[in-house]
Amino acid sequence: MGNAAHGSNYINAEKGLMSWLTSLDHKRIGILYFVTILFFFLVGGTFALLLRLELFAPNVNAAGQAVAGAIFKNGDTYNQALTYHGAIMVFMVIVPGIPAIFGNFFLPLQIGAKDVAFPKLNLASWYMLMIGATMAIATMFLNKVDTGWTFYTPYSIRSSGSVSLMVAAVFIMGMSSVFTGLNMIATIHKLRAPGMTFHRMPLFCWAIYSTSILQVLATPILAITLLLLAMERVFGVGIFDPKLGGDPVLFQHFFWFYSHPAVYIMILPAMGVISELLTTYSKKTIFGYTAIAYSSLGIAGVSFFVWGHHMYVSGQSELAGVIFSFLTMLVGVPTAIKMFNWLATLYKGSIEFTASMLYAMGFMFLFVIGGVTGIMLAVLPIDVHFHDTYFVVAHFHYVMVGGTLMALMGAIYHWFPKMFGKMYNEGMARASFVFVFIGFNVTFFPQFILGGMGMPRRYFDYIPAYEQLNKISTVGSWLIGIGFIIGLISIIQALRSGAKAPANPWGSKTLEWHTESPPITHNFSHEPHVTEGPYEYK
Amino acid sequence: MGHGHHKAITPDEHHITPLSVYLKVAGALFALTFLTVGAHAIHHVLGSAAPLVAFAIAGVKAFLVMAYFMHLKYESIENRVVFALGFIFLIVLFVISITDILSRQLIPGVL
Amino acid sequence: MSTSKMINGVPVQEHFRNAHHQFDTAKMGIWLFMVTEILMFGGLFVGYAIFHMMYPEMFSEGASFLDWKLGFINTLVLIFSSLTMALGIYYTQINQIKKAVIALVITIVCGAIFMVIKYFEYTHKFHMGIYPGNLLDLAKLNEHLTTVGLPTIKSTNLGMYFGFYFCMSGLHGIHVILGMGLISWCIFRAVRGDFNPNYYTAMEGVGIFWHIVDLVWIFLFPLLYLVG
Repeated sequence: MGNAAHGSNYINAEKGLMSWLTSLDHKRIGILYFVTILFFFLVGGTFALLLRLELFAPNVNAAGQAVAGAIFKNGDTYNQALTYHGAIMVFMVIVPGIPAIFGNFFLPLQIGAKDVAFPKLNLASWYMLMIGATMAIATMFLNKVDTGWTFYTPYSIRSSGSVSLMVAAVFIMGMSSVFTGLNMIATIHKLRAPGMTFHRMPLFCWAIYSTSILQVLATPILAITLLLLAMERVFGVGIFDPKLGGDPVLFQHFFWFYSHPAVYIMILPAMGVISELLTTYSKKTIFGYTAIAYSSLGIAGVSFFVWGHHMYVSGQSELAGVIFSFLTMLVGVPTAIKMFNWLATLYKGSIEFTASMLYAMGFMFLFVIGGVTGIMLAVLPIDVHFHDTYFVVAHFHYVMVGGTLMALMGAIYHWFPKMFGKMYNEGMARASFVFVFIGFNVTFFPQFILGGMGMPRRYFDYIPAYEQLNKISTVGSWLIGIGFIIGLISIIQALRSGAKAPANPWGSKTLEWHTESPPITHNFSHEPHVTEGPYEYK
Repeated sequence: MGHGHHKAITPDEHHITPLSVYLKVAGALFALTFLTVGAHAIHHVLGSAAPLVAFAIAGVKAFLVMAYFMHLKYESIENRVVFALGFIFLIVLFVISITDILSRQLIPGVL
Repeated sequence: MSTSKMINGVPVQEHFRNAHHQFDTAKMGIWLFMVTEILMFGGLFVGYAIFHMMYPEMFSEGASFLDWKLGFINTLVLIFSSLTMALGIYYTQINQIKKAVIALVITIVCGAIFMVIKYFEYTHKFHMGIYPGNLLDLAKLNEHLTTVGLPTIKSTNLGMYFGFYFCMSGLHGIHVILGMGLISWCIFRAVRGDFNPNYYTAMEGVGIFWHIVDLVWIFLFPLLYLVG
């Protein structure tokens, strides 16, 4: 199919469900991820709303009892819902989210390639995610898992839930993540168009590159840890079991050796998206391209040396705690470099407040709060007080939701016209931002205060002193829900009746906007020859 | 994706290790395996050095396998770095975990 | 999209510039995958090292139940299989596909011999009551030791050593079986006539995988059988 007929694109090139399920086109695989991850997000989000509803009032109140009786019969069901909220959001939404949807779709386009390096492996990765997700969801209908998404030993060894199946599911989803990362690294190294040097790559590609390195180097340790946990349950091998002289804290070391870098697997792609959005919607060359690009690698590198800050009160030695405390603060350096360069990019730019730009600005506002409270938690004596309180819950939701999900929404609105060739209703998109942004702060800011007051996380109930702030928080969760529903409606409406999108509606400079909307199957009718950097606006 | 019967093929420039090198490397690997067992036979004499000897020999064997059988000697810098990263990060995991475990008894009574 | 064109004996997928470009990219993918294998096995080695440091006597007591002679034979078998695997690629490179197939068949046979020896090692252990972790039947093992006139077990947590032993050699064994499957696939493709001196990417990748299996065993042998 050298010369596609006029009007032919990757969407209408082939018809029928099977053509999608067997497609090796990176753009179609990106869409597969888009649809499925959106579905998982709705499931995980529903759990979140239920959890907040339970916490609307303490169980000593009549209202609290009514709510608790209606949703969760007891603390066990609450623990299960909490586990599924965490596991689904982490392993099925935020980790694969931006890299698998937008990395897949746009990374080859941005570097001028025809596809990712290994198209078959790419499709296989999607199927692995589906198999893993199916297994994880299957545990809901067997013995529900109640360990939390971290599967801490020794409880996870003794829990009566289907932990082994859940762990196998995460193992397979981990393989999916490894193969996506591997594909992206090989694509960046080998498939760049002529003239597309590393230093001419869009910053989104640098972010995906750093993310992929983490996926490849950290996930195998999670794999072996989960395998050992499963063996522990089946044979009682004793490695994490104190009864046989094993060390449950070692499980935490192994687990966080993956899961701390995984936090950056979740946030780095979001940072890449923000770099794209800020420069596009301020029509200004990005400030400090090199610094932003290498700070992504810097964050990736540092992230392997800081995992112990999750373990200050786990029984880890004081010496290790002190070392990790200092190392953790280093993460602030490359992160701040990004933030200052982004701010400098906006300076004297011609800023357009599109929905994407609003989400990008929301990201900057919320991520700074999330990041700075992270530095607070890195300080060992402060963490001893805040550990396992709602302060920590608020902190990582500011990063994961305020950071990653805001960027994900920004990315959806930014790239939607390219992906589907349709424009969406800007007013509705902005409305979704207003609800999500306000709702988010109403939900999670009170949790900082609750944490400071000592409210522990993961509990089914609380003392009446925490009631007011919890009520506010729950109302906020409804606002977030409304925001996402408006967002979803705006997307569905655009798909059904959106105006036709031009090739480059935002006047962006990166390569994906140089081809039609939606792109043709082979991405570009002529292989691009790159002669300048990605953001030459002036 | 049809695989036809190929006609005349002009060879591309892939590196081909000579047969003699493979045989020599295999010979060395066999010899080193015997050496390991030999060292084990006198491990009472070697004392605490015995594990070091065993792992030094294993290290040499591993190097031979990686360099010649896996063709890392002729591989691009990129791929060598990729492979080396795995070992580097394992050392990170080991060093930090063991620092914690060994230092748990270091300051008794604190906290 | 991944339709491919035959160029000089190589099915080149259309997102690559030429056969070389495709081969280089595949090689990078293979190495990236191998690094994940190293890290996964490495996690077990790190755990072993840590607990060996904590319980040296228990580990050496556990190691005394392993027969180094069997481990030694298996080491030789795997090294030989690594050689034949390398030769399989070598003969493909010089276009002697028949010899390549023979070399690969020998590799699979070696893998099978390795697994048979492992099978006997395992069943012998089960017979004595040696199982991983909590399943270790200490009473049965002590009874066995008394009948053959050996001192009974001193360590209280011997199960952990065998936890490591079975996990490490078991995961390795799974990789041997996977490798045998992959080599069979290479043989099938070689016989079908897919491979030639310009195109043997799959064989190269499977070869590197098989050498990793060998590499892991090179360390497992002294670790489990000799040092203990």
